[in-house]
Amino acid sequence: MRGLLLALLALIALSAPLAAQDMLPPAPYAYKQLADPAQERKAQALMETLRCLKCQSQSIADSDAPMAGDMRHQVRTRIAAGEEPEAIRQWLIERYGDYVSYTPQVKPLTWPLFAAPLLFLALAAFLLRGRFRRSKGA
Amino acid sequence: MIAELGLAMLWMAAALAVLQLVAGALALRPATAHLAGVVRPVAMLQGLLVACAFAALIWLFLNTDLSVKLVAENSHSAKPFIFKLAGTWGNHEGSMLMWVTIMSMAGGFVALIEKRLREETLIATLAGQAFVSLGFYAFLLLASNPFTRLPEPAPEGAGLNPLLQDIGLAFHPPTLYVGYVGLSIAFSFAVGALVTRDVGPAFARAMRPWVLGAWIFLTLGITAGSYWAYYTLGWGGWWFWDPVENASLMPWLAATALLHSCSVLAARNALRTWTVMLGVIAFSMSMVGTFLVRSGILTSVHAFAVDPTRGSFILALLAIYIGGALLLFALRASTVTEGARFAVVSRESALVFNNVMLCGILGIVLVGTLYPLLTEAMGVKVSVGPPYFNPVSAVFAIPMMLVMAVGPVLRWREDKGGRITWQIAVPAAVMAAALLAVELLFAPINLLPALGLAIAPGLAVASLQPLVGRNLRRTPLATYGMVIGHLGIAVALFGMASEGAFSTERLAAMNPGDSQQVGPFKVTLQDIGPVAGPNWTALEATVAASYAGGAATVLHPQARVFANPPGNRTESALLTRWNGQLYAVLGEEGEDGRWQMRFWWKPFVPMIWYGGALVALGGLLALMGRVARDVKRLVATDKIAWRRERQGR
Repeated sequence: MRGLLLALLALIALSAPLAAQDMLPPAPYAYKQLADPAQERKAQALMETLRCLKCQSQSIADSDAPMAGDMRHQVRTRIAAGEEPEAIRQWLIERYGDYVSYTPQVKPLTWPLFAAPLLFLALAAFLLRGRFRRSKGA
Repeated sequence: MIAELGLAMLWMAAALAVLQLVAGALALRPATAHLAGVVRPVAMLQGLLVACAFAALIWLFLNTDLSVKLVAENSHSAKPFIFKLAGTWGNHEGSMLMWVTIMSMAGGFVALIEKRLREETLIATLAGQAFVSLGFYAFLLLASNPFTRLPEPAPEGAGLNPLLQDIGLAFHPPTLYVGYVGLSIAFSFAVGALVTRDVGPAFARAMRPWVLGAWIFLTLGITAGSYWAYYTLGWGGWWFWDPVENASLMPWLAATALLHSCSVLAARNALRTWTVMLGVIAFSMSMVGTFLVRSGILTSVHAFAVDPTRGSFILALLAIYIGGALLLFALRASTVTEGARFAVVSRESALVFNNVMLCGILGIVLVGTLYPLLTEAMGVKVSVGPPYFNPVSAVFAIPMMLVMAVGPVLRWREDKGGRITWQIAVPAAVMAAALLAVELLFAPINLLPALGLAIAPGLAVASLQPLVGRNLRRTPLATYGMVIGHLGIAVALFGMASEGAFSTERLAAMNPGDSQQVGPFKVTLQDIGPVAGPNWTALEATVAASYAGGAATVLHPQARVFANPPGNRTESALLTRWNGQLYAVLGEEGEDGRWQMRFWWKPFVPMIWYGGALVALGGLLALMGRVARDVKRLVATDKIAWRRERQGR
């Protein structure tokens, strides 16, 4: 009986941080801008290209989710510490995967994304050339 | 009783669609041509029956009949009337029924009024239409019956998602659906014309009002949806390249291309295959859009895989219709000649160029939307967002806008560049001056917003040029439509570029009495207190905002809490001036007792939606002009026929 009680207590103690995560006050820079406008601009531009992992199709720059707030805090403090935006993006990608970045990374898996516009351009040129050539002859 | 009646009417309508398809198909053979007389009345009756079925569902929602599963899952007795009404289509089954209703009513309407086409082509069109609606009837009746009863009536309904309890969103889906359905009619016309080898100006004229109508509704739907996202999501963004948004943008892009090529076919009997092809693409895109939104594949590929019934059903429909249409196209394309020729410098050429550019953007959006689904299926999740879509679509959009500035002043068939030197020079000078001004006054600005700010004024000037030197009273309504539509694009572009270039954001923790500066505004938080609405309670802030030291205007941003179902929603407060909008949001209370406030000053941002409205207005004027001319012609031919008859007696 006592063992069970202890186990139960341990369980509660372990689960408490999990339950509390969403109730913690937001990290300081979640809703606070950096004092230096140039740095804030940099941070803002980066935040707009990072996905909020708990929302449906929102960047961390426009989400109320606590996790987005935490990520904003991360981005702002790192920018304030002088890190380059792309380095921060890489750090986040290492942590959360490619999914976090709205800017697709050039990788073996994503090359069709970058090939597609070139293909469409070539196709467009081909279509237009064919049409204009024919009409010239007419 | 009402639910069973609705279901019965739906089955009968489906049976009539079968009849319409079979009779229509048989009527095309000489041996059974006498069946043609059946098709029109059947199409009208079918439209009427589905309308009654949809009315039955509306009745069930208005009376909150909780013995019906759909009502119990999506409505609540305490909801305001308007949201009970909107609840009818604010869910999967109801929205699909609405789709079928609009489609069948449109088909009935075509059967009632269309007299310009060859009778044979019209019958083939109606048969094609029945074929499309049959798929949706099957989907409704077999996989998403809206009239299912619960074994036990529910004690209370589950309610509607608070985000959707907004007047803008109540009418957003119907608007888009009308657009999608209009494209399905255009598709049926294309199929009908292919079947009877009748692709020509008469076909284009019959199809054009439907394409125009669909395009107007899509424009309105997208514009309204963008504004809705802007003010309800509470962060001031107006376009996210979200797959759902892309799903509505793709049919619009295709419809825009179709509309223009349809005009060329109607006026010049050129671009025949191209127009038919675009008709197929436009409808395919609205099916792809429906598939993306309705199958649940967007939430996650895995969610789709767990319950693939509905998704696979739509996917099968997609394959049947698009595949079938492409097959028909491939079989018949050789019999459709290309039509009249034109020179490289001509209005046709400009239109072809822009059609190709529109298709390029469409391709980009399609790839960018579908590719993440593909990689997710392969086990890797990637995101494709604004940093991809913005620059890549600009590659196609910028040349398109430049050609768009010149196209309307070019002559049909053949023109000389030298004739329109001035019409090219003036907008070009405006663009160059604007670019210079932007670079000198406001640097540093990102490349895309800067280009937008430069192109927009030049395009605005260029869009008015077709009116120069014309007798304004004698200018056809359709020309005004074109001018206003193009002007709307310039206006919207200016709004987008200005928002991108000049927005300022201010996040602040404030006590009542504190002030902040945001752009030219000084905002003061005066008070925070509770308020209550019909089915929500809220905290409401009182914020005084004064522009550049002027008199203060009071704003009331709210944080609303809904009970049924539980949920939160921020209600942002907007202060609109001629030169922009102040956007205020009330966030949460911090642990130190101060309130999180968010403010944006967005110069000229409303121009995005004014522009969208102008584009739709342009479409409406063009539609009115075309329809008025058609009616006149119809009356005239009727008169002639009547006179002949009288003389014959």
